[in-house]
Amino acid sequence: MMSKLFSPVRKLGHAIIDAVLRLGFAARFFVAVIMASGTSFRRFSLVIREIYIEGFMSLIIISVSGLFVGMVLGLQGYNTLQRFGSESALGVLVALSLLRELGPVVAALLFASRAGTAMTAEIGLMKSTEQLVAMDMMAVNPLSRVIAPKFWAGVISMPLLAAIFSAVGIFGGYLIGVRFIGVDAGTFWSQMQAQVDVRTDVLYGVYKSFVFGIVVTVIALFEGFDAPPTAEGVSRATTRTVVISSLAILVLDFVLTAFMLGGN
Amino acid sequence: MNLFSTLGAVIRVVANCPLIKLECAIQISSCCYIIPLSAMSIDKLVEITDLNFSYSSRPVLRGVNLSVSKGSIVAIMGGSGCGKTTLLRLIGGMIRASSGVVRVDGEEIRGLRREQLYEMRRRMGMLFQFGALFTDLSVFENVAFPMREHTDLPEAMIADLVLMKLNAVGLRGAARLMPSELSGGMSRRVALARAIALDPMLMMYDEPFTGLDPISLGIIGKLIRDLNDALGTTSILVTHDIHESLRIVDYVYFISEGQVVAEGTPDEVRHSTSPFVEQFINGRPDGPVPFHYPAPSFEEDLRLEAVRS
Repeated sequence: MMSKLFSPVRKLGHAIIDAVLRLGFAARFFVAVIMASGTSFRRFSLVIREIYIEGFMSLIIISVSGLFVGMVLGLQGYNTLQRFGSESALGVLVALSLLRELGPVVAALLFASRAGTAMTAEIGLMKSTEQLVAMDMMAVNPLSRVIAPKFWAGVISMPLLAAIFSAVGIFGGYLIGVRFIGVDAGTFWSQMQAQVDVRTDVLYGVYKSFVFGIVVTVIALFEGFDAPPTAEGVSRATTRTVVISSLAILVLDFVLTAFMLGGN
Repeated sequence: MNLFSTLGAVIRVVANCPLIKLECAIQISSCCYIIPLSAMSIDKLVEITDLNFSYSSRPVLRGVNLSVSKGSIVAIMGGSGCGKTTLLRLIGGMIRASSGVVRVDGEEIRGLRREQLYEMRRRMGMLFQFGALFTDLSVFENVAFPMREHTDLPEAMIADLVLMKLNAVGLRGAARLMPSELSGGMSRRVALARAIALDPMLMMYDEPFTGLDPISLGIIGKLIRDLNDALGTTSILVTHDIHESLRIVDYVYFISEGQVVAEGTPDEVRHSTSPFVEQFINGRPDGPVPFHYPAPSFEEDLRLEAVRS
């Protein structure tokens, strides 16, 4: 009777202990990847190859998403601003929304879904087909040769993808606001130029996307490296990458925004 | 010339020659040194003493003792899950023994630091059960991988060496194919070419015959024997394919429930009266290795006792 009563508590306890243990393993993994990064810088071609796979191959989804997000911002922004007679501020609204929030966050979510899942599945399958063990048996450290280049490629790609997302998004806002609705082009760009600050707006977005790049890439690589070497194990790890990365991005976005606004 | 270096050189030459039986004494120069070779371990490349290994609380290997002479091919046989692959992983330093000693070329594997272990592994090659080829690299790049990682050879020389290794396994013509375009037997031959890329002193084969058709199986068996003799390598073959193994190996160890239960040359094994060896060679479903996994009595499980009472 008592054991039945305490069973949910025990399960909750186990779940919390498991979560803390995995967090600890992930932290150790992160440190190990940093320590094994020498090869990535000595043979930068390994990182460039991964930037092509993770970054360049994500360009289409990032650009198309950025364009549509910018177009929606243009429509919604105009619809709201014209009620107050402030259509001229459309450029500022679109730019600030993208640079400070939507660019880094949506680009990171897309990066986690496209490149993150690919990394997890690739590492998980390399593990289940004994490719990582084979590499280790050939006296080649898989952390140095496979994991670290992917990590640095993610860290470098993420801010660039976020910047491209924001740039394409601003172009989408311009298309809708200026070309279709008829807001004055000079006002659109000059207001944007006057109101957007490099340090507080552009750089804060870059900082955010840099942090998201580290977090998403570490989660994706750790989940792949830690996946049980079975089809089900890899499948679950891939799902966990999307879920945990998305939650981490949204929580971190709030924390970083609070710090950045608090610092002003 | 220094006497000891002469002695060492001669012993190395003799030990590397598979045709010479090392049970005889060694005679050097005009002096005559009679050394009981049975007491020496110089001709042993791998020595395992009182080896124990457990996964959590489940013992996998219990007090295993075996040795592998230089230049020979030794098969380790036993049923699925008896600890054969674990033994290979212990020799390669991929896992650490609970107790006991694994020595490779005189060095205890457990005492090696990571750099020393990697140094040792550069002199080892391992063929994994399904090849473990890197799926994003072509056949050529797979074989070139260890050379690119561990040597500073010019590209032209790497290309020549890769083609020579692929030619040795009969797949020079498949150099530009991707692993996904290969059959199971071809994958293993490419993996074999990759494993011998740096001319290892010790080759380990993990179930090399599993899932192969008879022709591919014969090809792999012949390659293992030929490459071992041509390169002067020492080979350890983990398998449960009794017929192909007895055709190519020099010595066999049988493992059951984590212990060495029988050993001998292929001829001795064929004529063995050991119940385990007989059951294994003849493929009998029941014997020292029981058909049933340990369980309570059948009646108890079906609750027939309750019905009777």
